[in-house]
This record gives sequence, structure tokens and C-alpha cells, in this order.
Amino acid sequence: MLELKPEERAMLDGKRGKATRKAMEIITSLGEIYGAKRLIPVSSVQIAGVSYDNLGEPGLEFLSDMAVDGQVRVLTTLNPAGMDLEDWERHGISPDFAKNQERVVDAFAKMGVMTTCTCTPYLVGNLPHYGEHIAWAESSAVCFANSVIGARTNREGGPSALAAALTGVTAEYGFHLDENRVAEVKYEVRAILRGTDDFGLLGQVIGERTNKAIPFITGISKATTEDLKSLCASAATYGGIAMFHMEGITPSRTAIPEKTEVVSQEDLEKARGKLDDKGAEIDFISIGCPHASIGEIAQIATMLDGKTVKNGKTVWITTARPTKDLAVKMGYYDKIERSGAFLVSDACCAVAPLKGRFKGLMTDSAKACFYARGKNKFKTEIRPVEQCIREAVS
Amino acid sequence: MKLSGRKVFRGRVSGEALVTTQDVSFYGGCDPETGVIIEKGHQLEGKSVSGKILVFPTGKGSTVGSYVLYALKKTGRAPAAIINKTVDPVVAVGCIISEIPAVDQIEIEKLLTGERVDVDADRGIVSTQD
Repeated sequence: MLELKPEERAMLDGKRGKATRKAMEIITSLGEIYGAKRLIPVSSVQIAGVSYDNLGEPGLEFLSDMAVDGQVRVLTTLNPAGMDLEDWERHGISPDFAKNQERVVDAFAKMGVMTTCTCTPYLVGNLPHYGEHIAWAESSAVCFANSVIGARTNREGGPSALAAALTGVTAEYGFHLDENRVAEVKYEVRAILRGTDDFGLLGQVIGERTNKAIPFITGISKATTEDLKSLCASAATYGGIAMFHMEGITPSRTAIPEKTEVVSQEDLEKARGKLDDKGAEIDFISIGCPHASIGEIAQIATMLDGKTVKNGKTVWITTARPTKDLAVKMGYYDKIERSGAFLVSDACCAVAPLKGRFKGLMTDSAKACFYARGKNKFKTEIRPVEQCIREAVS
Repeated sequence: MKLSGRKVFRGRVSGEALVTTQDVSFYGGCDPETGVIIEKGHQLEGKSVSGKILVFPTGKGSTVGSYVLYALKKTGRAPAAIINKTVDPVVAVGCIISEIPAVDQIEIEKLLTGERVDVDADRGIVSTQD
């Protein structure tokens, strides 16, 4: 039975407004369904379901209704929108779409949500610490928070994340509890991983095999933050994985499972083969799924400096707005844009309204391939970042 | 016949059952304007869920599905109630935000399309008049 504190009860009884009541109904109902005994405070929220391309009018209606009297109680940021909120016209977004996307972002802003639209909130000021309880929705960020940071969150949906923001609490079940964070299958990686594309393929291999059991990954001696965000994105996309352990790299303690599987170089190459469409005509190159870090942008700026993007090819480097602002200050933005590539903030190739606009996508991201193929009907090729940029300019 | 389960969202309502043994995705699987199931090859393809006691094992698909239920409710085209074997978070949240009575942990194999069903979600009870 779920027990409520007096303030939580007041919210549920409608004494803190209509939106807060609805939010508390969501939290307590989920708590009852999943057998939670109590609610716990969250210190950070990240909301998914921001692109108008996914939300449509139904989602916008709900958000507008909640924004009538809803106000967030904790630090809350957003997932990517369907467009760069300030620079959409140059990226081929229609004025109609832009208007609707702005209505969505305005509804969130009215509730006090910080409208940094990014799938990597941890790179731009929404960074919980080890053990902290949070309510995040973006699947790759959930996996990063639970695994790499050691914070605690379930995979929230858009409405349940918003509900946590408006009440400041979530129900204590799932990944908030120690017993649900224990590794279940050991994966011995016997392969050399060279960059973000390889880590994405590893996430794909494990994701497709693990059937939501928490992996304990061994055999990786070194991984950058960028490698890990790529791994998290594809593990979540291909396997619904919300948490893994990695020997020597992730901070949470766990018993080491006996059940062991091996991931070989051949397994990774097979995964690459699945994402490489034969005869793909590449007219779209996108890096930044999940959103590119300032380090990645610096490297790409160097690669593009003095080069020109070929006719008939479109290049999107997608990132969070604060990262773009820093890229402008550092001169990376100019180097990228002078080549004819676009540094796009707030949005990404998975949630922008791109269906039918391109034939083939080359990217370093296994997750981006999934959405390009499914949602946008593009052919895909997955390559290291350097090769993606070479494809764009040579 | 009386079947006993668990409340997902409160409310009491009676209506005609629409039953499927396949999972339902509201996002992409149900037209948010008409309430008609549009998923290709689904048992309920072409059928409207509006006003029905909709019975299915569990939800599947994107979390945006919760919003589709909300849109249907706003235009009066939502199901009158939902009965699941095991509710998933997308349908649960959809019912909560749309105030659609819902019950799960019900032996749904015992319900038939077209029969009249009383749903007492407050007590988690589903009954048929036979």
C-alpha cells in the first residue's frame, strides 16, 4: 500500500491546483501498479516527447492544459525538439511546423521548464551525482544516468516525467531500489573498439541479446564519455536497456553474474552489416546522436576547416544550445558553417520532420540508423566520425 | 460472471465489449481523430474503439500513445473503459490523464466482443450479465 505524506496528500486532493493534482494522480497510480510503498523526492527531471513531429496535436493539447496552472518544483530540462528553435528556416523546416513546435516549447516554458532541448542534459547543467534519485525520460540519458553516473531513474514517459517535475516526487520502484540494479548477465567483450560507432554497435549487439537483463560488461579498458553515450543510446534503442555495469568504468557495485556471453569482433561486424544498406546513396551526413559534446565539435571543426561540403550532400552536426553557444565563441561554429555543414542545436536527425527528404544517411550512431530506417525510410551506413566527414567533403 | 482484478483508474461504466487477443499501440496504431484502429493486419483494423469497453492483453509502442487516448477523450471518441490482462505504463498514464476507467489483472479470455460488460474500476471488478 502506498503511503502519502501530508503535502503529497494535499496535492492529490487538489489543494495545489489542477495540474499538480493530475500529476500526483499519475505518480500515485504508477506507484500502486508497481507496488511502491512510498514516494521519494527527485532532484532533477528530464522530459521526452518534445518534437511536434512525435507529439502532434494530442500531445500539445495535454501540455497546454497542464500549463494553465502547472509549475515545476525541481530542475527540469527537455529532450530535443523537431528543429533548431532559432535557426530553423535555414534547415528547411516549414513555417507551419515551426509555429507548432514553438507552441510546444512555450507550454513547457510557461511551466518553468528550462528549454535546453537535449538528449545529453548531463553535458549542459542537468548533472545529478552518484546515488541521486531523478526522473528522466530520454532512453539514452536514462541509461547514462543509471550506468555511467550511478544516479537512479526509471525509464519515464513524457507525462510521468512531467508529473515528477510538477510534484517534485516519484514513486519508489524499479531502478530506485538496490535489488533491481544488480547485474544479471556477464558480457565478455573480445573485440577492439575504436570509436563511437564501434561502441554503438556493441550496444546494439548486447541490446538485441539481453532481453532487458542488466549486463555486466568486461573487456573494455578505456572508454570516453562520448563512447559511453553512444553505447547507452544504442543499448536503449535496440534492447530497452536502462542500466548496465562496466568493469573498471561504471561506479555502482554489483555481484558479478555467472551467466556469461562473449561479444566477438565478428559479432560487431555482423551488427555493422545489419545497419549498412547495400547501394545506399548517401546524401545526408549527421553526427550528434546523442547530441555532440564540445570536444566532438572541436574535432569536427578541425576536420571541416577549409573544406567544402559536396553539392547534393547535407551535413548536420547536432548539439545542445549551450554547446552551440560555446562553439560560436570558440570559432568552431564558423569553421563548420563555412564548409557548408550546419551546426544545428535543439534538434536531431531522429526527431526532426525529415521523412522523405533524403535517400541515405551516413552517421557514427547506431541509434540514428534505427530511426532513419524506421521513421524516415532512409537507407543507412554506420562509419567512424572521420569517415563520415570525408564522405561529406571529398 | 464476475471477474476480479485491480484498479488502474477509477470510475464505473457499462458498455459493449470490443475484444482482441493482440496487444494495442495507440500511437501509430489508432487514429487520434476517429478512434479507428489503423494498424495493418491487427484483429481490430478498421474497427472504432469509441464508446466501447476495450479489452486487450497489454499496450505496446511509443509513450506518445498516452496522448492519443487524451485526444480521443477530448473529442468524445475514447473507449468508455479499458480492460487489460497486464497494464503497461503507456496505457496506464493515458487512462489517468484522460480519466478513462481502467482495470487490469482480468482473465480477458472470458470476455467476448459484443457482450454487455459492467466495469467497476473503483473495486477492480468486471461483470457480465449471463
